[in-house]
Amino acid sequence: MALSPPVAADFALPAPTARAGALDTARRALLRHPTLIAGALTLVVILVAGVLAPLWWTGDPLEMKPAVRLRPPSAERWFGSDNFGRDIYTRTLYGSRISLTVGAAVSTLSLVLGTTLGLVVGFYRRLDMIAMRVMDGLMAIPAILLALALMALMKASVQNVIIALLIPEIPRVVRLTRASVLSLREHLMVEGARALGARTPRILARYVLPGLVAPLIVQGTYIAASAILFEAYLSFLGAGTPPHIPSWGNIMAEGRAYVQLAFWIILFPGIFLAATVLAINLVGDGLRDLLNVR
Amino acid sequence: MADLSRRHFIAGAAAVAATASAGLPAVHAQKRGGTMRFVPHADLKVLDPIWTTAYITRNHCYLIYDTLFGTDQNLQIKPQMVDKWSSANKGMKWSFTLRDGLKWHDGQPVVAEDAVESIKRWSKRDPLGKLLAAHTARIAAQDKKTFTLELAQPFGLVLEALGKPSSNVPFVMPARIAATPDSEQIKETIGSGPFRFVKDEWQPGNQVVYVRNPDYVPRNDAPSGSTGGKKVNLDRVVWKYIPDPATAAAALEAGEVDWYEQPSIDIAARLEGNKDIMVAIQDPRGTQGWIRPNHLQPPFNNKKARQALLYMVDQEKYLQAALGQPKYYRTCPAVFTCGGPFETGAGAVKQDVNKAKQLLKDSGYDGKPVVVLDPTDIPLTHGAALVSRELMTQVGFNVDLQAMDWSTVVARRAKKDPPAQGGWNVLFTWWIASDVINPAVHAGISGAGSSAWFGWPENGRIEELKIQWARATDKAAQKQIAEEIQKVALDEVMYVPFGQWVSPTAFRKSMQGFLQFPAPVFWSVSIA
Amino acid sequence: MIGQIGRRLMATIPVMGVVAIAVFALLHITPGDPAVIIAGDYATSDDIARIRAKLGLNEPFVTQVGIWLGRIVRGDLGTSIFSGLPVSTLIRQRTEATIGLTLFAMLISVGVGVPLGVLAAWKKASLVDRLVMLFAVSGFSMPVFWLGFLLVYVFAISMHWLPVQGYRPLADGVWPFLRHLILPAVTLSVVYMALIARMTRASMLGVLSEDFIRTAFAKGLAPRRVLIHHALKNASLPVVTIIGIGFALLIGGAVVTESVFALPGLGRLTVDAIIRRDYPVIQGVILVVSGVYVLINLVVDVLYVVLDPRIRY
Repeated sequence: MALSPPVAADFALPAPTARAGALDTARRALLRHPTLIAGALTLVVILVAGVLAPLWWTGDPLEMKPAVRLRPPSAERWFGSDNFGRDIYTRTLYGSRISLTVGAAVSTLSLVLGTTLGLVVGFYRRLDMIAMRVMDGLMAIPAILLALALMALMKASVQNVIIALLIPEIPRVVRLTRASVLSLREHLMVEGARALGARTPRILARYVLPGLVAPLIVQGTYIAASAILFEAYLSFLGAGTPPHIPSWGNIMAEGRAYVQLAFWIILFPGIFLAATVLAINLVGDGLRDLLNVR
Repeated sequence: MADLSRRHFIAGAAAVAATASAGLPAVHAQKRGGTMRFVPHADLKVLDPIWTTAYITRNHCYLIYDTLFGTDQNLQIKPQMVDKWSSANKGMKWSFTLRDGLKWHDGQPVVAEDAVESIKRWSKRDPLGKLLAAHTARIAAQDKKTFTLELAQPFGLVLEALGKPSSNVPFVMPARIAATPDSEQIKETIGSGPFRFVKDEWQPGNQVVYVRNPDYVPRNDAPSGSTGGKKVNLDRVVWKYIPDPATAAAALEAGEVDWYEQPSIDIAARLEGNKDIMVAIQDPRGTQGWIRPNHLQPPFNNKKARQALLYMVDQEKYLQAALGQPKYYRTCPAVFTCGGPFETGAGAVKQDVNKAKQLLKDSGYDGKPVVVLDPTDIPLTHGAALVSRELMTQVGFNVDLQAMDWSTVVARRAKKDPPAQGGWNVLFTWWIASDVINPAVHAGISGAGSSAWFGWPENGRIEELKIQWARATDKAAQKQIAEEIQKVALDEVMYVPFGQWVSPTAFRKSMQGFLQFPAPVFWSVSIA
Repeated sequence: MIGQIGRRLMATIPVMGVVAIAVFALLHITPGDPAVIIAGDYATSDDIARIRAKLGLNEPFVTQVGIWLGRIVRGDLGTSIFSGLPVSTLIRQRTEATIGLTLFAMLISVGVGVPLGVLAAWKKASLVDRLVMLFAVSGFSMPVFWLGFLLVYVFAISMHWLPVQGYRPLADGVWPFLRHLILPAVTLSVVYMALIARMTRASMLGVLSEDFIRTAFAKGLAPRRVLIHHALKNASLPVVTIIGIGFALLIGGAVVTESVFALPGLGRLTVDAIIRRDYPVIQGVILVVSGVYVLINLVVDVLYVVLDPRIRY
């Protein structure tokens, strides 16, 4: 069962009012969804902070200065320093690169792979039985245990974290796509197209895919949010991104021994993480309302 | 600078030791009974004392087993299970008689045959034990209480071997259990020690439970190290494994546990300010940190490349990163530890990055990635790994730093394969002083090649020197040979010491009777 | 209906089969080798080879799968490579803590989440609605361990109201048992609570717009009665679904929560086993947990039929 409810067979964008242009429509639609704007803006800020990290008064994320270890936030070190004297502010900003990369990669790849698989499975009945049993089986294993087990097989690297987080997400996308294909397959449009001699891939592309775009985008945002959180969990449990590449997850993991001594090590990456995930979820919710996905 | 830090270090250790002993009341004032809740530094996995050198197994065994001899606070060997002993024929023939009243946990009496079989099993694995066995002609029980040991060649370390304090310790177990081949783990946990192991309540990863052994007959002398009277004041000892260090510290502060074996140094510094908690030094002799290269695989199969490692190290930098609090550490070039009987500066070098770069070039290093194992769950080795990466990159190595947890390091360090196939090039570890204090026990200076400790250095000269040392009878000769050994060890770069430190331990002030010893001691302590 | 339940039950078998094989396959592709760890520090290559043979690690993959499946069917989950204890014993030792934590968390989540969702739906588009929804979204955006540390810092370390860590079995008394689970359960419940609140709101909104509700109000029934008696009952179906799905989330969160609060549960058991490559334990636990998950979904499906007689499979 997918977390977000099944896709509606038909959808519609809000009809433009008589006197407004497209831009105006968009603006009005957006103003009705302040949380969507807030979320999107936050994301943009974090993205810019991460991509242009060297510009925002940061230092070297790897530089160890044991002389100033475990210092609380101050004018020189905005977020304080960790047990190796590394600057938390710098590491947090650089960390956003990893977290955002993981989120985007897992989301995109799971959507692409899941949709492809779902389309194929939905259309070809014979594959359906086996494939769905396998998907059900994979979904029965709690995602974090599956991701952990996968990480245990592989060397710690950002690439492998992406793979480990990708695999538990694919079954859900497959289900989503398949449900849509199944309901549309019998639709008159498709029957008509078939009668006119259109071939399967064309049918898929022209009639099924457009209806999927909206719910897939929404699902994609939720996957991204969940992937970013899970990367943090994996790092916390010691099976995430390698430690010399700062990610919010492993900064917090290294700070876990310092809860009473230097809470700022966990606090700031945690705030950034929560804010990013929240922002993505708000964007997802907003898009869902906007695109009328039920 | 070294001088200053040495004074600082010793002052600090002495101060802490003083406060620790100030908290020790006379034994008769201690309360009897109660349960001690202890947080160990690791999870107990292996129960067989010969099977692993892991300290957690050693600590477990000290509770349920006893030893023939022990090591006291001043590194003197004193009898424990043995009542009388004598040596004849210029130390070539030894005779030992056991104390009265020694019983196994299942009620059977301890006999000499048990001791003989236990020594035989231990000497198949432990380096000092193997050395003893190589010099022994015959060891056998004479009657129920006496056994004899006849040497084939002179050997000056018989008592040191039988009273070895740390891994592997020659614990005594029933002959039938000691007869288990050393290629298998023992299956029963019957000992003759002051506590019994409650196997039914053992939850791996969570808790280990011990109860007082009512049949144990302690000696009459005062306890010191692993010697003396092991009088038990507690009813139960529960080891609660709490992997998260902040949680463990908070538990100690809240009174949910009584003794936290190895708080991190930062946490210990904070706990010192807590009026209900005492921070003491578990083992004032300290611990030594190692950077160990793999001598079998390139680039470190080339001596010059290894020497590049030697010249790149600045101990102060390592210690700062690995430990953080200067009060607890000191730089020390001595392979046999500073403060030990064979401390020497022979063969030690100062940091010289340019020389290191040159040596690396001269070695013909081809730029292939050098795999460095980084156990991130142990701040000590994690810090050392990060500093190494920085320095090695400066010197010109292409570093592949691989993060993992300690158990994975333990699995991986045994592989002799090339790094690309699951092997390694550099790893970090630490040993307590007792385990490196002289050439006979020191696993790191074995030049036995593929049967040496992980890293597998090969050097015939050092093996000869070690035998000479073992046979030397006067202290001056021993010192001189030890110096020679250190020179060879450092020149070969069997490992690079990155410093020496003491580990704090923390317990609530309601706990009294704390004794300093490499392993935590549960006899003599009581809970108010 | 019995026939339907029976059919659903039968359908779970192939699913579990897939889980079993998937888990087994996952772990055996690995180069990480438990034999080396078990062999101890002085092991020679011969020792390691002998241990591998004894553990059956050298058999062809298909043989190993076959042997394992055969054992499971007989209820034998194998023996832990490290402690030598049977996997079923280890699982039994840890179950109480995880079940206690999960049930407690679920109770809090449903107990707080449903009313919040109802409230938000009732006051749709008002400030209350927006606030509740914001709280809900924040809930599942926060990393569980971060929240856990926050709560520990405030309630245990600073205020000393609750214990920092640890677990008291039920046998030690109900209050100590609950007391040690309060912070972990609250931490875990926040995520779940958010989902339930959202789902309840969405579902209630759907029901509240229906004609029969307007009729009820027109008849003059008190709002509370309308909400709870008429609307909520009909809206409960999707909520029940979420409870089933959320179980998987709870298990995931439990893994991390048990780590923060040092609870001796199944989550920690699994994490430790994964790190040590203790294959029998990993396989056993994942199998059991997945089995429970499948069972819960089955129960949810049955509840569907019970709650809404209109549904037929």
